[in-house]
Amino acid sequence: MKYLIEIKRRRSEKDEPYFQTFEYETELESATAAAALAELNRRKPLRDINGAECERIVWECSCMQKKCGACAMVINGRPQLACAAVLNEQKGSKIKIEPLSKFPVIADLYVDRSIMFEALRQIGAWLDEEKRAGDKNNELLYEASRCLQCGCCLEVCPNFYSGGDFSGMAALVPVSRLLEELDGKQSRSLRKQYGKHIYNGCGKSLACRNICPAGIDIEKLMVNSNSVMLWKHLFKK
Amino acid sequence: MNRINIIGSGLAGLSAALTLAENGMSCRLISPMPSERAQSVMAEGGINAALDTMGENDSAEQHFEDTMKGGVFLADPNAVWGLCSDAPAIVNRLCDLGAALRMQGSSPVLRNFGGQKKKRTAYAKSSTGKILMTALIDAVRKYEVSGLVERYANHRLEELIIESSQCRGVKIKNIRNGDIIPLTGAVLLAVGGMNSLFPGLTTGTVINTGDVTAEAFFKGAELYNLEFIQYHPTTVSVPEKRCLISEAARGEGGRLFVMRNGEPWYFMEDKYPEYGNLSPRDVVSREIELVKKESGCGNSVYLDMTKLDSNVWKNKLSDLRDECIELLGKDPAAEPIEVSPGIHYFMGGIGVDEKHRTNIKGLYAAGECACQYHGANRLGGNSMLGAVYGGRIAALTAMEENRQEQQPEEKTDIIKGDGCPVMTESSISAEAAGILKDSLGIFRSEEKLTKALAELSALYENESDPVMKKRLLLGRAVLLSASERRESRGAHTRTDYPDRNDREFRKTTVALYKDGNVVVSMRDIPVKRGQADEISDRDKEKKV
Ligand SMILES: Cc1cc2nc3c(=O)[nH]c(=O)nc-3n(C[C@H](O)[C@H](O)[C@H](O)COP(=O)(O)OP(=O)(O)OC[C@H]3O[C@@H](n4cnc5c(N)ncnc54)[C@H](O)[C@@H]3O)c2cc1C
Ligand code: SF4
Ligand code: SF4
Ligand code: FES
Repeated sequence: MKYLIEIKRRRSEKDEPYFQTFEYETELESATAAAALAELNRRKPLRDINGAECERIVWECSCMQKKCGACAMVINGRPQLACAAVLNEQKGSKIKIEPLSKFPVIADLYVDRSIMFEALRQIGAWLDEEKRAGDKNNELLYEASRCLQCGCCLEVCPNFYSGGDFSGMAALVPVSRLLEELDGKQSRSLRKQYGKHIYNGCGKSLACRNICPAGIDIEKLMVNSNSVMLWKHLFKK
Repeated sequence: MNRINIIGSGLAGLSAALTLAENGMSCRLISPMPSERAQSVMAEGGINAALDTMGENDSAEQHFEDTMKGGVFLADPNAVWGLCSDAPAIVNRLCDLGAALRMQGSSPVLRNFGGQKKKRTAYAKSSTGKILMTALIDAVRKYEVSGLVERYANHRLEELIIESSQCRGVKIKNIRNGDIIPLTGAVLLAVGGMNSLFPGLTTGTVINTGDVTAEAFFKGAELYNLEFIQYHPTTVSVPEKRCLISEAARGEGGRLFVMRNGEPWYFMEDKYPEYGNLSPRDVVSREIELVKKESGCGNSVYLDMTKLDSNVWKNKLSDLRDECIELLGKDPAAEPIEVSPGIHYFMGGIGVDEKHRTNIKGLYAAGECACQYHGANRLGGNSMLGAVYGGRIAALTAMEENRQEQQPEEKTDIIKGDGCPVMTESSISAEAAGILKDSLGIFRSEEKLTKALAELSALYENESDPVMKKRLLLGRAVLLSASERRESRGAHTRTDYPDRNDREFRKTTVALYKDGNVVVSMRDIPVKRGQADEISDRDKEKKV
């Protein structure tokens, strides 16, 4: 199978972006965008379809198995993990790859997602006291522990922008574990932060629902956290 | 202020940071990517502790025996005893941090895992690593905000600063712009395995290159037991890597078979009636390779999970099933999956004592990059335990040894980079990789190892890139260690020395870089405190 891989490139945030196209051929039916990028970067020298010599493509990956969120990017218009984007499942043999657009670009497909981690610090996402997870709400706590911090959900969210007050689903998911477990004083302050950084900004349209590459049941977590914030906490001991 | 520099933010690094912070000691937590991207999030099947919540009369003593036996008596028994006796407290602490392990009431449910007869492995479906990491990341976040933990989330170790055999600090590089930052203080390495030596052949991440281990070796740190590389019996090939099918698949009833004369032969059950499919990994991997060569047998080995109960799929292995469907296009509940052994864990690494000190003062190591607890073969579920426990012990030792220590003034004159992201090859060259792959498979021989050593040394001489050169140096140390161990034990099987030889080789292999040469020697293993050792061990072995 032969693919044309078109990649949006730029040397740094300051430089103008441009597109470069590469030919990629593989026998593997399960070849992914990540496999293509890895193979391109092994070429010495790397040439585009016009034969021009190019610099290696800057991108992030770690697990190559959709477990770490490193390789999130926009592939054929959809934010997804490059290591899960099977090429022959994409429409056509031309694959367009761009960086996530909601974060500052460092170079090529490598973006600075530190605002996601900063948001969790700001919200105060931790347990002040020890709190054992029981079997009662195990499934919910498990689900809320699975966020990859990949940022795909933020890409499609109409209300999220870098520098804004609203932290999006990427904060809602981990915070819902803590909201569910906490009671007392810390719960009060976390509920307040949840209101400020998550609940108030979210239009609840669930545009982000089917994007999550981890398949997290976002709706269930959102419904639960919203109800903890609004009334369920009254019934916790 | 005496700050500890922790390199690596997986389970071991996080555990160390949390331990220091809870004791009021500040640290830096340095890694090229955030913790969410560390290999630890990939761990699947579970974490071991003799919690005895399943009514099987399990105990720390039995966990100790299984671990020593699984590692074929090469591990330091005192360290292993520390690990096993503390394991219940470690897992309980993780539960108290809110880790969403599978629970019954308020105690973790345990599952069967390889090389252990009792149910001893706490889990969260087959995403245990992710669930533990989330709890630890959240716990450490509190101290990031309080200032006790200072995160450097896009920095990698560039150089260890060693002066007169003492580690004084590190130089780290900002991988976004190339800036080099010198930092003083003791250093705790928690950088994972050496995947860059085996590109495409490991189940782990490409971030764990082994470059830090290579740098430590280059600077005089001893590396132990490098020849012991775990081949996990059930992996499948996917683009760019091997993908693990967790041991939990067999823990929950999966069976291995090969087609023999037209019939499935469940060879592990036949050959090893005691542990069957859940024999230690070294044994299963070796058998998989051997049965393929037996007469009447096909060339493929399959994992049969088709008879598992629908409840098991739903409650215990749903994610494993999804993964098989997605990665392989095959539903393991409907058809057997073809599997083969793949590189999964490095038992060897930076040599440490019971307190996680290296031979260099002020330098500590924990987690997979360190050699401790697992001997010649690691039991499934013991690695996450070793990472969390080891990170904790290393931190306590570092704290004890550095609290009073007068340190040279911190000078942070940053050397400006070129502003461009740092791009390093994630592995050694295809040629070098081919040499290691051919000589360091499941079956090894002097002939192949000697040839490989000569070939790799030639590549080493011609290499000019410093990072690549150090990787090749590390590769040479692995080869020489494998060649010097002229016996078969655990994950190291020599076709020319098929027997175990306790008299000469129940020892630690020590590799050292000295005067431009790699030198390998054998060192005695510490004796268990308060116990006459050896004989009783061998008796136990005979009974199995
Ligand atoms: C697929 C899979 C399944 C597994 N399942 C299990 C299981 O069920 N049970 C079990 O016990 N074990 C399991 N393991 C093994 C276990 O996950 C690891 O051994 C363990 O998580 C190692 O933790 P660690 O903290 O030592 O290293 P890691 O989690 O690998 O962390 C290493 C850290 O070092 C950083 N780093 C790397 N290089 C540098 C550098 N140059 N400079 C700075 N930082 C650097 C990385 O970014 C990372 O933060 C599994 C492993 C894999 C791959
Ligand atoms: S529901 Fe809508 S507004 Fe809320 S996080 Fe999802 S996409 Fe954004
Ligand atoms: S919620 Fe899903 S899409 Fe959003 S950051 Fe987490 S894993 Fe990624
Ligand atoms: S590399 Fe980890 S999710 Fe793609």
